[in-house]
Amino acid sequence: MEPLGWGGILAGIALRFLPVWIGLAATFAISIAFKRRLGLYGKIFDSTVGMIGLGMVLFWVFTALFAGMIATHDPLAVVSGMKNAKLGSPLPEGFAGYPHYLLGGDNLARDVFSRMVMGAREVLKIAPAATLFAFMVGITLGLPAGYFGGTLDMVLSFLANLVLAFPVILLFYLLVTPEIVETGIPVIMAAVLFLLPILFLVLLWNSRYRVAPMQRNVLVAVTLVVGFWLYAGLAFDADPLGLISMPANLLIVFVSVVFVNAPTVFRIVRGLTLDIKTRDYVAAAQTRGEGPWYIMLWEILPNARGPLIVDFCLRIGYTTILLGTLGFFGLGVSPESPDWGSTINEGRRLLSVFPHPALVPALALMSLVLGLNLLADGLREESLRD
Amino acid sequence: MLKFLLRRGGTMLLTALCLTFVVFFLTNLPPNLEKLAKSEASVRMSDADVASWIERNGYGRPILVRYGEWLGVVPGWTNTEADGRLRGRCVDRAPVPAEAPAYCGLLQGYWGFSTFFKAPVGDKLGYHLGLTGILMFWVMMLMVPASLLIGVLAGMREGSRTDRVLSTFSITTTATPEYVSGVVFIVFLASPAGFQLFKGSAASAMDGPTFENFFLPVLTIALYGIGYIARMTRASMTEVMTAQYIRTARLKGLSFGAIVLRHALRNALIAPFTVIMLQFPWLLNGVVIVETLFNYKGFGWTLVQAAGNNDIELLLACSVVAVFVVLVTQLISDVGYVFLNPRIRIA
Amino acid sequence: MTDPAPHPAAEPGTAAAPILEIENLSISFFTRLREIPAVMDFSCTVMPGEAMGLVGESGCGKSTVALAVMRDLGKNGRIVGGRIRFKGRDLTTLGDTELRDIRGKEIAMIYQEPMASLNPAMKVGRQLMEVPMIHEGIGAAEARARALEVVSDVRLPDPARILNAYPHQLSGGQQQRIVIAMALMSKPALLILDEPTTALDVTVEAAVVDLVKDLGRKYGTSMLFISHNLGLVLEVCDRICVMYSGEAVETGAVSDVFDRMRHPYTQALFRSIPLPGADKTTRPLVAIPGNFPLPHERPQGCNFGPRCDHFVAGRCDAADVPMFEVPGQDRHATRCLRFAEIDWSAPAKAARAGEKVPVGDVVLRMDDLRKYYEVSGGLFGGGARKVVKANETLSFEAREGETLAIVGESGCGKSTFAKVLMGLETATSGRILLYNQEIQDTPIEKRSPETVGSVQMVFQNPFDTLNPSMTVGRQIIRALEVFGEGRTDAEREARMLELLDLVKLPREFATRMPRQLSGGQKQRVGIARAFAGGAKIVVADEPVSALDVSVQAAVTDLLMEIQRKNRTTLLFISHDLSIVRYLSDRVMVMYLGHVVEIGSTDQVFSPPYHPYTEALLSAVPIADTHVRKKRIVLEGEIPSAMNPPPGCPFQTRCRWKHEVAGGLCEREVPPMRTLAPGHQIKCHLPAAVLAGMEPVITIAAE
Repeated sequence: MEPLGWGGILAGIALRFLPVWIGLAATFAISIAFKRRLGLYGKIFDSTVGMIGLGMVLFWVFTALFAGMIATHDPLAVVSGMKNAKLGSPLPEGFAGYPHYLLGGDNLARDVFSRMVMGAREVLKIAPAATLFAFMVGITLGLPAGYFGGTLDMVLSFLANLVLAFPVILLFYLLVTPEIVETGIPVIMAAVLFLLPILFLVLLWNSRYRVAPMQRNVLVAVTLVVGFWLYAGLAFDADPLGLISMPANLLIVFVSVVFVNAPTVFRIVRGLTLDIKTRDYVAAAQTRGEGPWYIMLWEILPNARGPLIVDFCLRIGYTTILLGTLGFFGLGVSPESPDWGSTINEGRRLLSVFPHPALVPALALMSLVLGLNLLADGLREESLRD
Repeated sequence: MLKFLLRRGGTMLLTALCLTFVVFFLTNLPPNLEKLAKSEASVRMSDADVASWIERNGYGRPILVRYGEWLGVVPGWTNTEADGRLRGRCVDRAPVPAEAPAYCGLLQGYWGFSTFFKAPVGDKLGYHLGLTGILMFWVMMLMVPASLLIGVLAGMREGSRTDRVLSTFSITTTATPEYVSGVVFIVFLASPAGFQLFKGSAASAMDGPTFENFFLPVLTIALYGIGYIARMTRASMTEVMTAQYIRTARLKGLSFGAIVLRHALRNALIAPFTVIMLQFPWLLNGVVIVETLFNYKGFGWTLVQAAGNNDIELLLACSVVAVFVVLVTQLISDVGYVFLNPRIRIA
Repeated sequence: MTDPAPHPAAEPGTAAAPILEIENLSISFFTRLREIPAVMDFSCTVMPGEAMGLVGESGCGKSTVALAVMRDLGKNGRIVGGRIRFKGRDLTTLGDTELRDIRGKEIAMIYQEPMASLNPAMKVGRQLMEVPMIHEGIGAAEARARALEVVSDVRLPDPARILNAYPHQLSGGQQQRIVIAMALMSKPALLILDEPTTALDVTVEAAVVDLVKDLGRKYGTSMLFISHNLGLVLEVCDRICVMYSGEAVETGAVSDVFDRMRHPYTQALFRSIPLPGADKTTRPLVAIPGNFPLPHERPQGCNFGPRCDHFVAGRCDAADVPMFEVPGQDRHATRCLRFAEIDWSAPAKAARAGEKVPVGDVVLRMDDLRKYYEVSGGLFGGGARKVVKANETLSFEAREGETLAIVGESGCGKSTFAKVLMGLETATSGRILLYNQEIQDTPIEKRSPETVGSVQMVFQNPFDTLNPSMTVGRQIIRALEVFGEGRTDAEREARMLELLDLVKLPREFATRMPRQLSGGQKQRVGIARAFAGGAKIVVADEPVSALDVSVQAAVTDLLMEIQRKNRTTLLFISHDLSIVRYLSDRVMVMYLGHVVEIGSTDQVFSPPYHPYTEALLSAVPIADTHVRKKRIVLEGEIPSAMNPPPGCPFQTRCRWKHEVAGGLCEREVPPMRTLAPGHQIKCHLPAAVLAGMEPVITIAAE
């Protein structure tokens, strides 16, 4: 078998990504056709920057979804003779399956292309979820701090500043170590942090439906049951049904990322709340005797959504970078893991001789974060427009 | 103003105490101590041996007391060994054990003993901090002017071609973490695969930094910050340029250059100043990554070694430095904000 | 008006060349989707020393004209036709350098927000000196001397200190004077004022307007005065140009346009503002039907056609209407085809007089209510704690079906009073009796839904009163839910639709988002929401002050109508005495937390006055050439509530203070005195002086 030339490599890659292209084309066609009815999401399609950003983000989302179909080889499989193989190298005779390592092999003779594709799945499994949790925590604490002010605000702001004053890298080195996992601190932190989203939802339903107790009871009950089921599974790895579990080393990564992000979200939410609570519609709600949580969650929060959505996109990017940083220092993830950060770390040792094993995930990570940034920019521009 | 500074100072002190205590707590957890015992004494110790080692070396006291010892507000532990030798936190380093001072902690200038360097922490840290200082100096020299210039030029005329080009550049750099840009630079600028203009390692820069061995690490750290600060500056600048008083200036008959220099710039720089100062904690991240990547033995490298080798005292000292840098920059940022913004210069 | 004499230079025929000549000016804004014409075929001429008023509702294009004269339309705006000639030079073709020479030196502009117009990071002095330094190339010392001179000209105390201050260290009125001073630094030939007093309190506004008038005369400057307030224009200008939807519809000398208007829109405008003599029962206001057309939805032919009483299909909507000279008058023109056919003196048709509502029992009584706040001084939390006395010894009662107006300027404590009544704050001392039930110490969470529902509020800012991310119907239903109205969702839905009917909004609005509504429509939703719980007492906090004149009348009418129907007690908070006189039964005047005068509307509006009421009455501009006003300009600023003067709160600005012997005003807060049954004032003035007061407003015989 001949090694592939540049044209062959590009064609091969483009072909492997076929499911992604189809997914992108379908999403864009449908979205553009109905963009006037899709609210803020539809407005992205009025902005070139936003569309490019969304395209890049969706590219990786679809890659993560269809990773099984796209990857040419098992990301962990070692093929002898393929150590640090050049781009487009053919596999030795007699191997079944895809005949080339499209983007070459790494120093353990694994397929770089497949590892990059599977890495997308690793990253997109954690980053958005961790960001979402950070937002729930930040919102649940930021709203009352901004709305009530006073001592509560002082204490919470002090704590937030405390976390923010911690250099991120130091915090990771302190938290994401096997010793810490042994002490059970991550589980305690998870137990506290993961309780807040449940609290958030319960408050949300209770304040809204306090005038209709039946509806409220049903919603609160459903939230509590589902919430505590997930809670048991995620925080304590003790799902009675055995469906949900989170390995200890992943949990600590997850908790640390939430812990680092939540104070910034807290500050943003607090600032927005301080601004919005002076509006007349908040006063109107007060004069009709609404409770504070109704005002915070239903009068203030929906009107803070613009800046929060923009920050959410940016923050997923930031979280991706953080996860990469963790991988880069070999913290928290298993050494076999194809995630981009640790792959870059592995590849950098032989960087000047064989650049491709590190360069490929580096560019992948950069393009995802860039896409998220562009998307946030497009959203910001469009949400300011009316 | 004095009252403000005092209050601010008080908050800072409290923050510093809280943070160092958290670090102290996290680094002195039982598993860490066990690991320490095994690495210091013998790897094949029994659990009972470990416990007695911990007890004999003063690690068994309550955590708050030990934090006090470390700070220097609680007398150091002392112990009489089975052979009658007097040992203790302060005793071990005194030339004559009997004359050892009661207190030896941070307040007395004693930073502890590094198990990794096999030397007092204070001596080693100074050297490595100095190296990072040189690095940071050049980073600032590159980052601040470049980012402000880009931000002001882009924000001056929103939507112009210059704005689009510069904004795209800033977004791209903020989307590129140091470990990505570092890798890309080494591959393209310092390896046979690309142009071999620079050195991929900054190890030689520790003795004498030159453009060749030092530019890449500096650029790698600066680049991320440039994008971030430039975006802030641009946002601030575009906001100022649409302000009423800029229109007033325009309708006074001022030229565009005069408007930007005399009326817009000072107002537009208030926000970025805060950002630059708050950028320090993040730069620390970059420093750690870049020093690891380029093999430059500065503060970041020390921190990684301390954490990786369970060197408790060294790690604690590193955190003190880090926390100190963060808090001081926050203070400068606050004071500078008040100074730059006459609107809040009251009281 | 005590000063009807026209400016000397404005007499026709004396000056040869006009300062500013705008001919058939058309301006468009370009968006990605379409071209939006903002001003069409606009012409006007300003002679030397003349003051031209440009009047119209928001969105009519009056500010755009001003910006076009300055050639500062921004990126999207462009002059698409016509000429602007300034001293004979065509401004539309000037290059950047030439423009810069004219801006600030020949033409200067003053706009609405004084704080925003000054650079916050630059000392006032430097900002002033800059103007002559760039235009005349003079040195700093000379420029500073000039600045000192101009600052004393705008009647600011201690000019040297002011020059060294930053803008935020000055009050709103002082800032606006600095902006005026800055405009006058190079003695321009033309001064453009874009709503220069809208952001200021009435008494401060009166002083600034007075200043502008005097300076115009002193420096011989021509003025283009943009305002939505016809009364202000009458006080300042010689000529007026009325704009509607991007066009000038009528222009002429102020007296001609005010007394012999020849355009239906001008007439409708005058009929919709409360003038002395208008009364809610006998001569109600006539609102202009319909809405202001959006720029891209303008009708064919006459823009005002769809809202006009004199509309004739086939004629008015046939083709664009040009301006017609009104014969026999000085440069009076109108954009109405039928101006010669219409009987302009015919009384308004829609004078649907409602019957007077008999006043019922006392529903609300305040007894010696006080509300003090503790605030920490300084921004950094340091400094001594200060007590702000937001409300002092507030006592009054309100009856069923009555309208009680609460009048005062910023800082007078009216919003604090509203908060205490609503239960958002609790009183420091004193009693509030609602249906003989004490509620002063019951915060809103502890009040029963009925109590909460029976005391509701209508807010000032229509753009802020509705939650932008909830549909109109949902917001009303939420109020119904909270007040416990209706048992099922369907019942509440039906009740919500009824409420929309009540405020005369189409039922389709239930599913709309607030941003799809105009200001007046939002305010109606706000009213519907306030009445959701069958409110018995409604506090209306300046409910119409942010609305356009033509919409104000409609919203006011609506409130009155609902009040009549439900026998609601209305507490109407306002600073606008014209509207207060029009709709209230009783008036309470507040100053720095004190009630300084209370009585029936007639009692308060005629002598004897409290000195503050007198000044307030004189300050309100009235758009009626027959009204003669005594000019009382209050010097100085409203003191801060944080730092009130000793003794009588008003003594620092009172022009009657010398009539009270022994400096009593500076030492003691005056007691409340009853002058006539139901009429009380808080003043030390001897009875003889009070009795000798003259009316501020008199209506001259025709």
